Amino acid sequence: MDQTYDVVVLGTGLKECLVAGVLSAVERMKVLHVDRNDYYGGESASLNLLQVFEKFAKERAMDKSAIAAKYGRYQDYNIDLIPKYIMGNGLLTKVLVKTGVHQYIQFRAGDGSFVVGKGGKIHKVPANDKEALRSSLMGMFEKLRARSFFVFVQNFVETDPSTHGGYNLHRMPARELYEKFGLAAETVEFIGHALALKTNERYLDEPAVNLVKAVRLYSDSMARFDTGSPYIYPLYGLGELPQGFARLSAVYGGTYMLAKHDVEVVYDEETGRACGVKSEGETAKAKFVVGDPSYFPGKTKVMGQVVRALCLLSHPIPNVNDAESVQIIIPAAQCGRRHDVYVLGAGSSHNVCAKGRYFASVSTTVETNDPQRELEVGLRMLGPIDELFYNVSDVHHPLADGVADGAFISTGYDATTHFETTVRDVIDIYKRITGKDLDLSKDDFTAADTSG
Amino acid sequence: MASNASAASVTTQAKLVLLGDMGAGKSSLVLRFVKGQFHEYQESTIGAAFLTQTVCVDDRTIKFEIWDTAGQERYHSLAPMYYRGAAAAIIVYDIQSQSSFARAKSWVRELQKQGNASLVMALAGNKCDMEEKREVQAEEAEAYAAENGLFFMETSAKAAVNVTELFHEIAVKLPRAPAPTAPGVVLTNQNRAPKNSQCC
Ligand SMILES: Nc1nc2c(ncn2[C@@H]2O[C@H](COP(=O)(O)OP(=O)(O)O)[C@@H](O)[C@H]2O)c(=O)[nH]1
Ligand SMILES: [Mg+2]
Repeated sequence: MDQTYDVVVLGTGLKECLVAGVLSAVERMKVLHVDRNDYYGGESASLNLLQVFEKFAKERAMDKSAIAAKYGRYQDYNIDLIPKYIMGNGLLTKVLVKTGVHQYIQFRAGDGSFVVGKGGKIHKVPANDKEALRSSLMGMFEKLRARSFFVFVQNFVETDPSTHGGYNLHRMPARELYEKFGLAAETVEFIGHALALKTNERYLDEPAVNLVKAVRLYSDSMARFDTGSPYIYPLYGLGELPQGFARLSAVYGGTYMLAKHDVEVVYDEETGRACGVKSEGETAKAKFVVGDPSYFPGKTKVMGQVVRALCLLSHPIPNVNDAESVQIIIPAAQCGRRHDVYVLGAGSSHNVCAKGRYFASVSTTVETNDPQRELEVGLRMLGPIDELFYNVSDVHHPLADGVADGAFISTGYDATTHFETTVRDVIDIYKRITGKDLDLSKDDFTAADTSG
Repeated sequence: MASNASAASVTTQAKLVLLGDMGAGKSSLVLRFVKGQFHEYQESTIGAAFLTQTVCVDDRTIKFEIWDTAGQERYHSLAPMYYRGAAAAIIVYDIQSQSSFARAKSWVRELQKQGNASLVMALAGNKCDMEEKREVQAEEAEAYAAENGLFFMETSAKAAVNVTELFHEIAVKLPRAPAPTAPGVVLTNQNRAPKNSQCC
């Protein structure tokens, strides 16, 4: 470890691995990447069943043979600590393809996307004009109004004002755009929450252009793979993503060290700048340090909490047409809350469970001091639960942007069920470090070297 | 975008991973096999996601997708992803080093733990051009390989001894009907140049 690097990255969560991969492959920096855990992924890991019991429920922990008798091989489980889905046409997909990391991972589409409407009824989410006309969510006239909204979104080109319906979408609040189309409250709710994937109602007062783009992302994601779902998900769980970007960094010379339990940042005594890390009596010097909040005590503040219930079932989630990998959105208003509750399901078709077993998660932004209770509305939809693990995590934000103190800290993972904000944070960190925009429109920024 | 098309050709794709101590000659074996080259001062293959090379056996064409460790073996930080879906593994040691042979055995144990019964495992005693500095006897390695269901060859990436043979033998041993892959979505980049591969 006693060496000099351009950058030390701490923690192998998805954001950190993305930063390490891009700094190695695009900037050709000399990267040392260290984790205190003996596995990849940090907060974004997928753990096997042995690790899950160890982490969340030591009192219930079983040995390998007990697990095998009850649940099958523990290695057949890849349980996401932070379950999410990948938007087929979203930023993460773009980064995966541009970096070539998609070659390391196999993906399968999700089976379906659902939303809870009035009276707790579960509806398939209509995603375009044709689906809207068939949807059970709306009456006939409302369908026609919704259809014209979808046609508007479908034709929207940001750079071509003639497609903006005569509105200044950068000024007009989203609320007003809905009014122009005369959409009813329930329609507004499912567009905002199930298509635009907003976690609360604040977006209504923000510029309508953001709403239009978010709905468009959903329908473009639907169209991209033509599978009936806008989502894709990796075989073996989301933990494959950080591993893939870590490999990208390694392929470009990045050095990887795990299980450095005592690793900590070293700050220059005079300037206070982060100038390296130390572990087991050795020091690695670097021009700056990047990492997740847990490696920078005192340099972050808690902005909120997310509660997630990770559940093992012996059946797929009921009432979703036997879809195994699903997302169900419970809009805040349907459960008397300020933030939506998300239910995600996956199973052995994505290699996250042994055959005949299913994984489901329920998550939301914490609003009370009894977070577990806030998930009940979602847990009730799952039917009998074999094992339940609660994971409450603080969402840390860095106090400073890192330019002055050389400590570039990622933001904790929010409650969203996709990766748009995750990648945006990485793009932001990249800009703070290099002063440059990460150009995702450029073709294949590592192409020069990836062919055999 | 297209979903996974059913294979129209008879070419089977097979992921092959290399394991073994730093310096045993893993990258050199790949370079010899894929490009017919050898470098005295072999830098890790910077920028190569994986290399591909095609081998023909009788009526079958096997396209190897060869994953090198990218240096992640140095501090024992190879990710589980590395082994996922591998059809074959070459475990490499340096015949000049007992400790690299011991490391090879621990890699074999690691692979056995993964519990993939159809994985073809090859043990390669590399640098066999260095007879005068030999520490590991061929008989010893042969016996170990036989006990553990591996096949064994001594190789030299430098002198091009048994390298093609090693990969050919793996191709022969690959199960005929490959495990059906789950229907997946293929993320593609239209602009990606086709992979370099030749057949015999
Ligand atoms: N004499 C001899 N040297 C070899 C042979 N194969 C590799 N080397 C040398 O051993 C060193 C390490 O090889 P490398 O392929 O980088 O090993 P890796 O760390 O396992 O990938 C390099 O200096 C190679 O030139 C061989 O067959 N014979
Ligand atoms: Mg090497």
